[in-house]
Amino acid sequence: MIDKNKHLNKSFYEEGTTKKARGIVSWLLSTDHKRIGIMYLCALAVFFFCAMILGVLMRLETIAPGETIMKAQTYNTLFTLHGVTMVFLFIVPGIPVVFGNFFLPILIGAKDVAFPRLNLLSFWIYLIGAFIILLSLFLPGGPIDTGWTFYIPYSVRTGTNVSLPLFGAFVLGFSSILTGINFITTIHRMRAPGMSYFKMPLFVWSLYATSWIQILATPVVGITLLLVILERIFGIGIFDPALGGDPILFQHMFWIYSHPAVYIMVLPAMGVVSEIIPTFTRRTIFGYKAIAISSLAIAFLGYLVWAHHMFVSGLSQTAAMVFSFLTFIVALPSAIKVFNWLASMYRGSIDLKPPFLWVLNFILLFTIGGLTGLVLGALATDVHLHDTYFVVGHFHYVMFGGTGTIFIASLFYWFPKMFGKMYNIKWASRSAILFFIAFNTLYFPMFILGYEGMPRRYYDYLPQFTTLQVISTIGSWLMFITIISIIINVVHSLVKGKVAEANPWGGVTLEWHIKSPPPLLNFNSIPQITNEPYDFSQLKTMKYKPMGEVYEI
Amino acid sequence: MKYNENTLDYVPTHEVHRDDVGARMGMWLFLFTELLLFGGLFVTYAVYRFLYYPDFKIASLELNVTIGTLNTIILLTSSLTVVLAISFLQKNNRNLTILFLFITDLLAVIFLINKYFEWTAKIHHGIFPGSEHLMSLPNGQILFYGLYYVMTGLHALHIIIGIIFITIILIFTANGSVNSNNYVKLENAGLYWHLVDIIWIFLFPFFYLIQ
Repeated sequence: MIDKNKHLNKSFYEEGTTKKARGIVSWLLSTDHKRIGIMYLCALAVFFFCAMILGVLMRLETIAPGETIMKAQTYNTLFTLHGVTMVFLFIVPGIPVVFGNFFLPILIGAKDVAFPRLNLLSFWIYLIGAFIILLSLFLPGGPIDTGWTFYIPYSVRTGTNVSLPLFGAFVLGFSSILTGINFITTIHRMRAPGMSYFKMPLFVWSLYATSWIQILATPVVGITLLLVILERIFGIGIFDPALGGDPILFQHMFWIYSHPAVYIMVLPAMGVVSEIIPTFTRRTIFGYKAIAISSLAIAFLGYLVWAHHMFVSGLSQTAAMVFSFLTFIVALPSAIKVFNWLASMYRGSIDLKPPFLWVLNFILLFTIGGLTGLVLGALATDVHLHDTYFVVGHFHYVMFGGTGTIFIASLFYWFPKMFGKMYNIKWASRSAILFFIAFNTLYFPMFILGYEGMPRRYYDYLPQFTTLQVISTIGSWLMFITIISIIINVVHSLVKGKVAEANPWGGVTLEWHIKSPPPLLNFNSIPQITNEPYDFSQLKTMKYKPMGEVYEI
Repeated sequence: MKYNENTLDYVPTHEVHRDDVGARMGMWLFLFTELLLFGGLFVTYAVYRFLYYPDFKIASLELNVTIGTLNTIILLTSSLTVVLAISFLQKNNRNLTILFLFITDLLAVIFLINKYFEWTAKIHHGIFPGSEHLMSLPNGQILFYGLYYVMTGLHALHIIIGIIFITIILIFTANGSVNSNNYVKLENAGLYWHLVDIIWIFLFPFFYLIQ
């Protein structure tokens, strides 16, 4: 007979799924979703940091025209590796594998995901994929230099190691698919009693939509990457015009995945925003159903717009117009979300804590990113701006300003729950403001540069672009300082931080009903859900609430 | 929300939670991804068949319809045997389950042997990617054979994975961890095998029959 009470006060750090509760093996073999989430966090942080260093070096190279610190071929390699690492190793797995893994089961009142062992397997597959990509850097032939989009014919003809990183990306696809399958099954099968679909927190809805995209889009890019590898090895001819094939077909098949993939990256971020805003405005979310369903709408519409990457690749006029029109349609569900978030803040009791400041960063930066996306989605302007710095600026506003910002916001929001420690709040708020300044210094000049005709991926440029390039490079240093300050804050708090309260922000979703850090099985008894997800009247009766606050409702 | 933190309802071991419906759902979702994996290739096939219709017709006449038909019959029979294995396990007849799983494996191996002879015959005639003979043919035929090797090759890879999958389940059945009360793993192996089968059902007419 197991003594139940012995386990009452143990956190998942003190009790594992393996025989020994501590030590590296108990982590690497753990099927506990919380430990897997934290392992992903470590891996992602390392890859993000490496890719960021590459980015800073690229900016340093472009501080002056001509060769500054590296040769052209090195620059080609750097922008490829920066892209591949950021996209495939950081931002696609991103929020779902870290915060989704950690909080999805807790938010729906479950003990774990539906397939805990599969969850661990997908972490290992992720590591193997990353290892394959890293391995390709050190083999004869040299690192890949095709850009992260691997466009044919260059990716077949270049002498660098292309097959191996492509295979690595293919392997990473498996990890993504398995996580998607796991999350969908978990959401369908493991919700606590009383948690109907429309009582799920909005982060869960966004993970649900994301998982469907992962399942339905990843296999297509998988087979495309495999075909490029076969093309390199056997010369089959599917993409080779000399043998009757069509290089444009590659672009179609690549973007059929990779466009929905940008929604894999950004939808979970939107979900986290919908969690943070109610907590820091003490007000239920405005338009719950509209936000939930717009996630699914984005997932669906995301499939129908891929050819807007190919307006100058030789698309027929009719096709181009249809795809341009559909691209505008995708802006609708995104706008629905933004307006609902703003409406949620209206007459709310706003508390400007770091997670909320980071969300404000997100809304401002993502709006700029989204609107410049419309400029690129319009046919006439895209012909002028295609393949310029404008695209680079847009992409970074959406991905880094959107998803990257929310990755940091999620960390600051859930840090006390995940680690049981509190970080330095003042420092985190200052870094949010510094981030906003650094971000705009770094990326806003790119819009102007692109508009004036500076092509992307060039390592040299005309002298008239120098001023803006220098401003952008200075921005990259500011950004580097910001990121370092965040890392120091986080690491310092892990080591020396004060013990956090169980509910420091006054949140009401399920994770704030349990101890920090959570016990191994999350809940000691099965929770019965009766309230709406963001019903703040619960706060009066909740066991954990922020210290020193008075509730009179 | 009602939730009491001071009592512990669960037995605090982290046992793998059993949910047969969930396990089947996971398998079906995985099969969707497989369909899309092949879907990319079928779309490629459709595009090039449309562009190079006459060449595709000439090239497809070269394929051996007899071996193709034989392989279709073999695969369909193996789908039957895997279903029989499931229904015998439900009736708690372990020996017949093991027998039929073994026959399924055997049929799959015979399929691969046929495929091997078919491919080597083609390679003997100088038809393989990059060969001199193939390069002298019109573009449409090069693409036809390129797709033929890629698609049947990927399918054969799935057959090999299926053999491994079914063999593992066979061992589980023999040692009793898959039994008449807990056979969702066998069902999932069966689902996977049907997928391999259904993809062949499309590959066969596309390459061998339609003109």
